[in-house]
Amino acid sequence: MSRLDIKTPSQAQAVVDQLYRGMERRIAASPPGLCPIDMALNFLNLCHAQTCGKCVPCRIGLGQLSNMLQAVLDDEADLRTIHRIETTAQAIVDTADCAIGINAAQLVLMGLKGFRDDYEEHILRHRCLGGLKNPVPCVALCPAGVDIPGYIALINAGRYDDAVKLIRKDNPFPTACAYICEHPCEARCRRNMVDDPLNIRGLKRYAVDHAGDVPQPSCAPATGKTVAVVGGGPGGLSAAYYLSLMGHKVTVFEKQKLLGGMLRYGIPSYRFPREKLDTEIASILSLGIEVHTEVDVGTQPSLDDLRKQFDCLYLSVGAHTDKKTGISGEDSNGVISAVEMLRRIGDGELPDFTGMNVVVIGGGNVAMDVTRSAIRLGAKKVSCVYRRRQADMTAQQEEVEGAIAEGAEVLTLEAPLKIEANEDGHVVALWTKPQIIGEVDAMGRPRPNDAAVEFKRIPADVVIVAIGQGIETHGFEQSGVKIQRGGTVLANASTQLPDVEGVFAGGDCVTGPATVIRAIAAGKVAAANIDEYLGFNHEIVADVQIPTPDLSDLRPRGRINTSERDASERKGDFQCIECGFTDEEAQKESARCLRCDHFGYGIFKGGRVEKW
Amino acid sequence: MVNIEINGKALSVPEGSTILSAAQGAGIPIPHLCYLKGINEIAACRICVVELEGTQRLIPACNTQVEEGMVIKTNSPRVRSARRTNLRLILSEHNSTCTTCIRSGNCALQTLSHDLNIHYQPYRLQPEKSRVDLDAPVVREASKCIKCMRCVQICDKVQGMHIWDVAGTGSRTTVDVSFNRLLKNTDCTFCGQCVTHCPTGALTIRDDSNKVLRALADPEITTVIQVAPAVRVAWAEAFSLSPKFATAGRMVAALRRMGFDYIFDTNFTADLTIMEEGSEFLERYTHRGKYRWPMFTSCCPGWVRFVKSQFPSYTECLSTAKSPQQMFGAIAKSYFAEKKGIDPHKMFVVSIMPCSAKKSECELPTMKDACGDPDVDAVLTTREMVRLLRSDCIVPTDLPEEPFDSPLGSGTGAAVIFGASGGVMDAALRSAYYLATSKNPKPDAFSAVRGDNPWKEASFTIPGAGTVRVAVVSSLSSTRALMEALEDGTVDYDFVEVMACPGGCAGGGGQPIHDGVEMAAERGELLWELDAKSKIRFSHENPDIKTLYSEYLKEPLGKKSHHLLHTDHAAWSVPTAKENT
Repeated sequence: MSRLDIKTPSQAQAVVDQLYRGMERRIAASPPGLCPIDMALNFLNLCHAQTCGKCVPCRIGLGQLSNMLQAVLDDEADLRTIHRIETTAQAIVDTADCAIGINAAQLVLMGLKGFRDDYEEHILRHRCLGGLKNPVPCVALCPAGVDIPGYIALINAGRYDDAVKLIRKDNPFPTACAYICEHPCEARCRRNMVDDPLNIRGLKRYAVDHAGDVPQPSCAPATGKTVAVVGGGPGGLSAAYYLSLMGHKVTVFEKQKLLGGMLRYGIPSYRFPREKLDTEIASILSLGIEVHTEVDVGTQPSLDDLRKQFDCLYLSVGAHTDKKTGISGEDSNGVISAVEMLRRIGDGELPDFTGMNVVVIGGGNVAMDVTRSAIRLGAKKVSCVYRRRQADMTAQQEEVEGAIAEGAEVLTLEAPLKIEANEDGHVVALWTKPQIIGEVDAMGRPRPNDAAVEFKRIPADVVIVAIGQGIETHGFEQSGVKIQRGGTVLANASTQLPDVEGVFAGGDCVTGPATVIRAIAAGKVAAANIDEYLGFNHEIVADVQIPTPDLSDLRPRGRINTSERDASERKGDFQCIECGFTDEEAQKESARCLRCDHFGYGIFKGGRVEKW
Repeated sequence: MVNIEINGKALSVPEGSTILSAAQGAGIPIPHLCYLKGINEIAACRICVVELEGTQRLIPACNTQVEEGMVIKTNSPRVRSARRTNLRLILSEHNSTCTTCIRSGNCALQTLSHDLNIHYQPYRLQPEKSRVDLDAPVVREASKCIKCMRCVQICDKVQGMHIWDVAGTGSRTTVDVSFNRLLKNTDCTFCGQCVTHCPTGALTIRDDSNKVLRALADPEITTVIQVAPAVRVAWAEAFSLSPKFATAGRMVAALRRMGFDYIFDTNFTADLTIMEEGSEFLERYTHRGKYRWPMFTSCCPGWVRFVKSQFPSYTECLSTAKSPQQMFGAIAKSYFAEKKGIDPHKMFVVSIMPCSAKKSECELPTMKDACGDPDVDAVLTTREMVRLLRSDCIVPTDLPEEPFDSPLGSGTGAAVIFGASGGVMDAALRSAYYLATSKNPKPDAFSAVRGDNPWKEASFTIPGAGTVRVAVVSSLSSTRALMEALEDGTVDYDFVEVMACPGGCAGGGGQPIHDGVEMAAERGELLWELDAKSKIRFSHENPDIKTLYSEYLKEPLGKKSHHLLHTDHAAWSVPTAKENT
């Protein structure tokens, strides 16, 4: 026996570590709709296996909790069992000696609160409220329900035009989404269970780049009904697109000079080239949509004017007003809002930041957009100031990393305090209060608190405020549109407004600032419900045969990521950053798709929604 | 054509074939369980797995398409072992109490287990708990369900009713009534197609044979039995006899041995239905403006439930004539009871039907017109009749052919075809033609409405009356398509025959079950042959029907007919909403 040994993991431990990683991936790929009690039971059993065995509540109590949950699922429980689960779990929380038992019992209590109706349904009616309604994970998580396995298969077969046609069935913006979608579809990709999620957006980009000019389908016979769409962003144009296909006459009213909404006035061209946007919008308009730009609906004409003129209205005005920090000196010269700056860039007015120190306040995607734009506009130094940690930023991490690679400084745990101006009233510095990260809030994000250190002065010639956007609704309230507390328009899940006959709303103006694909999805939902409201039941279909799947190869292989132009090169221009897949990459990556539309539940139910 | 090799045999098979069909065509059966051609090709049971050279895993034969150069082994050691493992896993969740199971001897799982030489079970038995609900004619026993999903698919794809659905998730995934409802609270038509396509005893039709045995045992009770047209061409299958041998006459002999007092034929009231419904059609046709069109047949209770729940506004288009089963009950407990001096309250009317929905039809509150009791007391399916004969050790091969009793035992060729899709229409047109012109048409003049096509259309000219545009439809998904086309105005008919089951009553939910085989067309052919061979092929020429009218009813659509033979379809309700109950 030596006095000390170097720690070397046993063979078994090494394999168990691999199994842990496998389980982590598996949890990531967990489909929505599973029985929450069944999941809670199995999490609990995992927790129980982790107990060290010293203390009674954890060693025995977790096992008895597991027995009771099992009894609920096996129809052997009554309502008293819920009470017993609750008191047992509470005793474990109160008396376990360490986090292993305490946290495990907390998870059970959380479930009792969060899905008590499921417990009751199992006990009283021996049925589960859960159900696998949409078994293809990527389709389930795409807000617009795009047939992802279908178009991946078409890409694999080299049928790019058909891929675009298929996407357009659910999303008229395949190109925009190919470039800038946040791809929620990838989150629970079943390929996670094998290796990594499929690079769905990368493949879509390959498809749109390689499809030719794909003509739009022809519209249904004219119905004689008219619809006004207020706001020509992705959501409004999506509604306009489907309503036109259904044979309704659509007129779009846009406040800005050009159509596109945040695709033009929010997303910088280095992420989504303008000519691609213009082509996509032109293709949508080719259905015969009438457009009036620089019209401020709400002032002139009023909503009521439009209601008189049209059979139906869709409000999709987005979230384009800026939010203020409220710190002193915010009205100094040189302090601008991100919304304002991006709007001007959208209209082709590029500010000149040559040689300047630019400070950006905020940690979201818009903050990154203005940070990276400022670099391209010649700034000497761009600092992005954020009051939490980098990991807490709401911006996508690749955006943050991209900004850092292009030379941006990310100053975290700095809360803006005041803006210092010179005697001309021009900004010279941003003062911040350094923060220390603290307790986790209700949403699960750690809260920053003032740190016991000196305030910090960050010299600045320009300060850009990017802390969120609001919604311009003042012209709507007079017409009876209800505005919620956050300033958003009140509309139900079918996009209908309560109490305002014939008016629908969706996108950012209802949800608050969100994503392009969610706005598109709202437009699609609105189109279906407006069609119904107008007394029709037009069906949207894509006349595309999906290739039969090959036997899937489940050998783990790496995910192919798209590459970007060198940071040193790309930071000098507004050209597209991302390089698309090569033919070889697209072929290899598309072959990784597990075709959940066919294998597993998909071939039985819900694998493909052919029409809506 | 695609070139493949299966078990060393080189084959050239059409592109798009599955491995299963390619092998089957070459005389190489591959065992399978959940598979139902064209309906359920979901590869859930994993019994049909085969080994494909060059792939790491075994693949299902039922839904993998052949590709050029495939080399396949259907019985390699790996396949053999995996197939048996999967079957044992299925059996571990199956309540294998075969000795008391209705499907014993006709169970795909039992056969497969026997064929694959399964003798012991290494796994712990853990069948799902059953909660048997006898409130509806269709009964599910969860402990016998192997989750093959055929019932869900039949109901979705063939009948379009979506009554069954997957319930629960994970290891507790099962099949249950959709939207967490109880079956009796749904718009289920009780067609029984889920039952005839269930590979095991998980789905059955409620067995009412004890009710009948009790009546037979009671000396106070006169038992009267009627047998529907489609039963006579199917009952032989259960005894593995040829239909040429196992005739209606031998069936009558068998039922007589069981002790029924009067053995009658639903064909008689099928002829009566034609008299009433044919006259009703002519009345509506000659007073077009008074009625909504088209007129629909009303003999199929599955269809009646369907129209009432799915297209309720068309309920008024149903012929008010009762179905032959219910006309029979009403006539038996009135005319026949009076004639024989039997107290109708002491008469027990039994029907043998190819149908499960008839069980719910006879229980309707509106079907008590003769004496206040239900006109029909019990409905047995063809399968229940066969089970009763078996339990009485009645061997059809030992029996002579015997005639039905009189006077409710006669039927024409026009009546026997009620059991096949198109038959009611054909029979009705034959008599409508006569009623309008006082001349018989050629008996095969309306043959355009026959055949396997689920939705048939034809136009016939009846001299003096005009052109009648008719449609014949069977299966509820085709029916829904027809109804939607009617609603949209893309089709327009005067007279429509609807049967809920594909192929009509011949393929009914109460008929003998043959796993993976559809028998409706074959049985239907036999019915058309019986018609062709009949001496009388027009309902209005049935002499006993003539007597019934002259002695009792007086005339079609008359006062007595109205009371006994017609019904108000709006006087009872079917749940329509698909909501949680």
